[in-house]
Amino acid sequence: MSDIIKVSGLTKQFQNLTAVNNLSFTVQQGNVYGFLGQNGAGKSTTIRMLLTLITPTAGDIEIFGLKLKTHRNDILKQTGVVIEKPDVYKYLSAFENLKLFSRLSGVKLSSDQLMQQLEIVGLASRARDLVKTYSQGMKQRLGIAIALVHNPELIILDEPTNGLDPQGIADIRNLILHLSKEQKKTIVVSSHLLNEIEQIATNVLIIDKGRKIREGLASELFDPSSSLIELITTHNERSRNTLLNSNWKDFVVTAQHETIFLKMNKQSVPALNRYLVEQNIEVLSLQPRNSLEDYFLSVTTGNQHVEAFSN
Amino acid sequence: MWKLFQIELYKIFLRPRTYIAFIAIAALVIIVQLGLKVDGKEYAAFVMADLSNTLQIDGKIINGYFVCYVILQLLLVHVPLLIALIAADMISGEANMGTLRILLTKPISRTEFILAKFFAASVYTILLLIWMAILALFVSIFIFGTDDMFILKNNYAVQIESADMLWRYAGAFVFAALAMTTVASLGFFLSQFADNSIGPIVATMSIIIVFTILSTMSIPIFGLIKPYLFTTHMVGWKEFFDVRLNAANETVRGTVQRPDKIIRSSLILLGHIVFFVGVSVYLFRRKDILS
Repeated sequence: MSDIIKVSGLTKQFQNLTAVNNLSFTVQQGNVYGFLGQNGAGKSTTIRMLLTLITPTAGDIEIFGLKLKTHRNDILKQTGVVIEKPDVYKYLSAFENLKLFSRLSGVKLSSDQLMQQLEIVGLASRARDLVKTYSQGMKQRLGIAIALVHNPELIILDEPTNGLDPQGIADIRNLILHLSKEQKKTIVVSSHLLNEIEQIATNVLIIDKGRKIREGLASELFDPSSSLIELITTHNERSRNTLLNSNWKDFVVTAQHETIFLKMNKQSVPALNRYLVEQNIEVLSLQPRNSLEDYFLSVTTGNQHVEAFSN
Repeated sequence: MWKLFQIELYKIFLRPRTYIAFIAIAALVIIVQLGLKVDGKEYAAFVMADLSNTLQIDGKIINGYFVCYVILQLLLVHVPLLIALIAADMISGEANMGTLRILLTKPISRTEFILAKFFAASVYTILLLIWMAILALFVSIFIFGTDDMFILKNNYAVQIESADMLWRYAGAFVFAALAMTTVASLGFFLSQFADNSIGPIVATMSIIIVFTILSTMSIPIFGLIKPYLFTTHMVGWKEFFDVRLNAANETVRGTVQRPDKIIRSSLILLGHIVFFVGVSVYLFRRKDILS
């Protein structure tokens, strides 16, 4: 597989803030590349640099083997984009918006072809209605139709599920999977929702405060054998000591205040529960956590033992 | 570039806001025409009060040419405010709607993008003036008929033959188009510094109001800066209605008294347009799009 995007040493400085710091990554053809980070991590700034909306302070970007700086238009001709909420001209209809943006993308489609595009995203029946009468989900679908109207090789979606209801989120997810599997498109999708990225990405890049934290295959990064498990008991101090003096000590990653975190296979949770009960420890809560914050905690602490235990 | 320009025009003329200016001009022109139709004789008597003892004026003073001149004098001060509504919204409006970031991810250069927008704003300005010309000149001619035009300047009166009028209005409207395009370029320049339209629209209007006051106040200290204010040169269209006199003190058809003033003012306005658009292109090419 060839490299579609190659980023090296990408940095963006806004006065005193370093939004993106020496970021390097590669996206290969046909991948769904999940760009994961909390709000303010630098995802949108990075994506905007990929699209020439923001000029990097340092670093190089190559897309389709071409330097972005010198081949901007050639690259953008083959790129479809949805950036956060899909804002279009509200005083125009979906059909008029699609026609306008298709011409800007360098393609001239007939009315039938435009209607077919709207059919794909389920907007054909409302094609002639003004966009100001649309729901957020409908606008998002129109944004996707605009991104795909020129049949791009690379699709970049920045937080495409923002503001959508669960059905809308599922629709976008299915569309991404369809584009990837059926049409073999290369897709970069950013999100702060771990769960979303987990379900669609083949590869994942995790950034925080503009720096890369992890990069790799989604199947490895989201390995179920290393889930973060949260344990709360009636006597946490005693529980900590008990676990650290047992065979479970290698699974304990952190213990702060009233909570103990363990990194282990979800399948082992019943055994852990049994052990705690046998030790006369009353368990209030024992559950896997999968918020992004928890995941960050998991990947950033790794297998290190918490110093609090030794203090 | 041509495609972009067409798209920009398409967007301008599909926006309801665009037609506010056309409706406002129509309303104002009709009001003035109606007023002069009803009370024209009294208005003429009032205007000519100082001359009534020394001059005998025959014919129709309130004719189509005169009415158009009155309308231009009244409206050309206010039209910039209507132009600012569109020109100052050209980039900031896109940023506010969130469409700027989508447009700039399309395979078009930023220079082409901004020039297409400016040319579209200029076309809007010119169409607004053509609309004004149709209503103020041709409708007035239709309602009031034609005759020689008699107007008062600061310390003298000018009479221009009816047959010598149309080319003067053509020149005046072309000059007004240049002046209004200068306003459009100012609004356009300010438009890129904000993510909503209100700021640039208000800023453009404020600059025009302040500069116009400075241009018209006869206070010596302001005289130093007047030549540098574009608003001073925006009234240059009036020079088309001042006729040169020959040695026998007779007016010469097809002439203007100070063509040098028209050329100088035109060049200064053109210079402003080039400056505002040039700086807009320079800054916009380097701008980070964060909206």
